[in-house]
Amino acid sequence: MDIFDFSDGREGYYGEYGGVFLPEILHATIEELLECFRECKADPTFWQEYVALLQSYSGRPTPISHLENLSRELGGAQIYVKREDLNHTGSHKVNNVMGQGLLCKRLGKRKVIAETGAGQHGFATATMAARFGFDCKIYMGAVDVARQRPNVFWMENLGAEVIAVQDGQKTLKDAVNECMRDWVTNMADTHYILGTACGPHPFPEMVSWFQSIIGLEAREQMLKQVGRLPDRVYACVGGGSNAMGIFQGFFDDESVELIGSEGGGHGVGSYMHSSRLAYDDASVGVAQGYKTYFLQNQEGNMNETHSVAAGLDYIGVNPIFAHLHDKGRVRFEAATDTEVKEALKLVMRTEGLIPALESTHGFVTAIKEAPTMGKDEIILINQSGRGDKDIFTIADALDDAKWKSFIEGKADQYRGERN
Amino acid sequence: MGLQSYIAERKQGKDLLVMAHVVCGYPSFAENMQELEIMAEAGVDLVELQFPFSEPSADGPLFVQANEESLKAGTTVDQCFAFMAEVSARFPFKVLMMGYYNTAFKMGEETFVKRVKEAGGVGYILPDLPVEESANLHRLSEEAGIEPIILMTPTSSDKRLAQLGAASRGMVYAVARKGVTGSKTNMGDDVLELIERCRQHTDVPVGVGFGISSKADLDFLRGHADIAIVGTAALKTWKEEGAPGLRTFFAELMA
Repeated sequence: MDIFDFSDGREGYYGEYGGVFLPEILHATIEELLECFRECKADPTFWQEYVALLQSYSGRPTPISHLENLSRELGGAQIYVKREDLNHTGSHKVNNVMGQGLLCKRLGKRKVIAETGAGQHGFATATMAARFGFDCKIYMGAVDVARQRPNVFWMENLGAEVIAVQDGQKTLKDAVNECMRDWVTNMADTHYILGTACGPHPFPEMVSWFQSIIGLEAREQMLKQVGRLPDRVYACVGGGSNAMGIFQGFFDDESVELIGSEGGGHGVGSYMHSSRLAYDDASVGVAQGYKTYFLQNQEGNMNETHSVAAGLDYIGVNPIFAHLHDKGRVRFEAATDTEVKEALKLVMRTEGLIPALESTHGFVTAIKEAPTMGKDEIILINQSGRGDKDIFTIADALDDAKWKSFIEGKADQYRGERN
Repeated sequence: MGLQSYIAERKQGKDLLVMAHVVCGYPSFAENMQELEIMAEAGVDLVELQFPFSEPSADGPLFVQANEESLKAGTTVDQCFAFMAEVSARFPFKVLMMGYYNTAFKMGEETFVKRVKEAGGVGYILPDLPVEESANLHRLSEEAGIEPIILMTPTSSDKRLAQLGAASRGMVYAVARKGVTGSKTNMGDDVLELIERCRQHTDVPVGVGFGISSKADLDFLRGHADIAIVGTAALKTWKEEGAPGLRTFFAELMA
C-alpha cells in the first residue's frame, strides 16, 4: 500500500483528511516546498546523503533490544524495543530535522523557524541549525517555556532564539500559530521546520518520509535478529511522527497489527486528555492548515487538551492516521497519566530503560496486552525518546520528595550566591 | 442588490470606498454597536464582522487578542449571526462575514451560506480557505446570491492570479504586503504594482487591505484601488481613545 500515491485521488489527501488550508500569501511558498520535496524524494542520492548523515551524526541505525525480564514478568508475548531514544538529542525528532535541514539547503534558505511543545523538537532543530549554520528561531508557548527550562537552556546555548508565545493557551498549538505568522512574513528566506506529521501538505508526507527510516530499519532488524516479523507494533501518538515512522515498515504486512497509543490524560469523560481517535470527543475540522480530527467544540473552536507528556498534548492528529483509523489498519488506544507513571517505574526497574513520558504511552498499551498473548508471539514497541534528559518533568510526575528537597537546596544556594 | 452593483453605485458619489472591520463580541457587542454607529456616521461603505476563532493564524497580535477575549467572554456563532442581522437591518453600509473556514465547515457549507444570507450579509472572507477547496462553497454562494471574497497577494504568480481572477466575484481583497494584519504598510510602487496586476486578472472592484491606517494611505490609493480596507488601526484607536477618538479617526481618515 502506498498511501502517498495520489494519482487516484486528490494530492495531499488521505481519504477525506489532509489538504492545504493556508492563507493565499503562502501558496507560492508551499508550491516551492512541494516541488523541492518531490525532487528530493525522486533523487536516490538525497536519501543516501540523509542516511549517511544520520549514521555519522546521530548513531543510526538504532538497535532493537529484547526485554527479556519484562516479557517474563508479564508472562505473555516477547517484547522488543526499537531504541530511537539512542539518537543524538535523545529522540526520533532528529530524523525529521536533519532531513528538513538537507532540504532547506536545497531550497537555498538560510533561516529556520520551528514550533515546540516539550522542547524536544526545538532542541533537535537548534542542534541541526548549529551544525548547518542556519539562523534559528524557536516558538514555544510561554507555559511550556516556564516548565521546560532545561530544553530552553540547551536551545539558547546552541545559538537559537527562543520566543515565548503569550497567546491562547500558551502551549504547542499557539506556538504553531505563531510560526505560521512568522512564515507569512518571512517566507522568502525562511523555511518552517514543522516537527510532526501534521499541518498542510506536503508536511505530513515529508515528515513521514524522513521518519520512515525507523520502520525500514526495524523490519530488517526483526527479520535478522528474531527471524520473523512482530505480531503487534506499538507507538505513542501525539502529532504522530514516530508512530508513522515505525508503522510504515509494516504497512504491507497484513499479519502485523499496528497500535497507536494516545495521551489519555485524566481518562475517558474527563475532557482533560489528548485522545483524538481512541476516545469519542474529537470531530473532523480544519485548523492549522489541514483537515483532521480535532478536539474542538461544536462551533469549531479548539478545546483545552492535557497530557502528562507535553509532546502528546495537542489538539489534532496526523491526517494519515485519521484515514488509517477509518480503514481499520491502525488501532488506537489511550494511556492515562496514572498508567504512564506506573509503566515507567516498571520499565526502569525491570529493564534499566528510561523511556520518555511520551514513549511510555506506547509501553502502557503493550504492557496491558502482552499477558493476553502467547509466549511465542512478538511485540515491538517504539521507544521514541529517552526520559533521563527530562528529569525535571519525570521527577515531577513521580512526585519524588528527595528530588524536591534537592531543588529547594539548589534554589537556596543560588539565592545565597546572588545576595 | 449584489455586492458588485452596490460598490458601483456607491462609487458614483466618491472615488474610494472604505471597508471597516470589527471583531464580534470584542470588547463587547454593545461596544461593537457603538463603533458601527461611528463608522456609519462617517460614511463607511462596507464592514467585515469577524466571527472569533480559537486559532486565528492569519491575524496579528491585536486581532489575536480580540478573538481570544471574545471567545473567553462566551461569544457564540449564533450571537454573531444575530448581531449581523441586527447590523445589516440598521445601517446603510453592507456587511460581510469574516472568519476562518472551520466556522463554516462545522455548521456545514450549505447552512453557512444560508445563515450569512439570512443575516443580511452580502458575502464572506475566509482567509484560510484556498480556491482549490472552494468549489462547492462558491457554487452554493452563487445560488444564494452572496459573494466569496478572493484574496490576491504580492507573492501570487501571474498564473495564480489568473486562477484567482477566474474565481473572483463581487470584489477582490488585495493583501498589500506579506505578514499578518496590523503592521504598517509602506504605501509605494509595490502596492500600485499589485493593484495593477490584480486588475489584469479580474474585472471586479479591488479593495486593498493590511496596514492601511491614515488619510495619507487613502489618498495614495485613490484613483488606483476601489476600496480601502481599514482594520487594526480602528480597533487600536477604539481601545486607546474610545468613542471620541474613533469618531475623530474616521472623520480624519475620510475627510
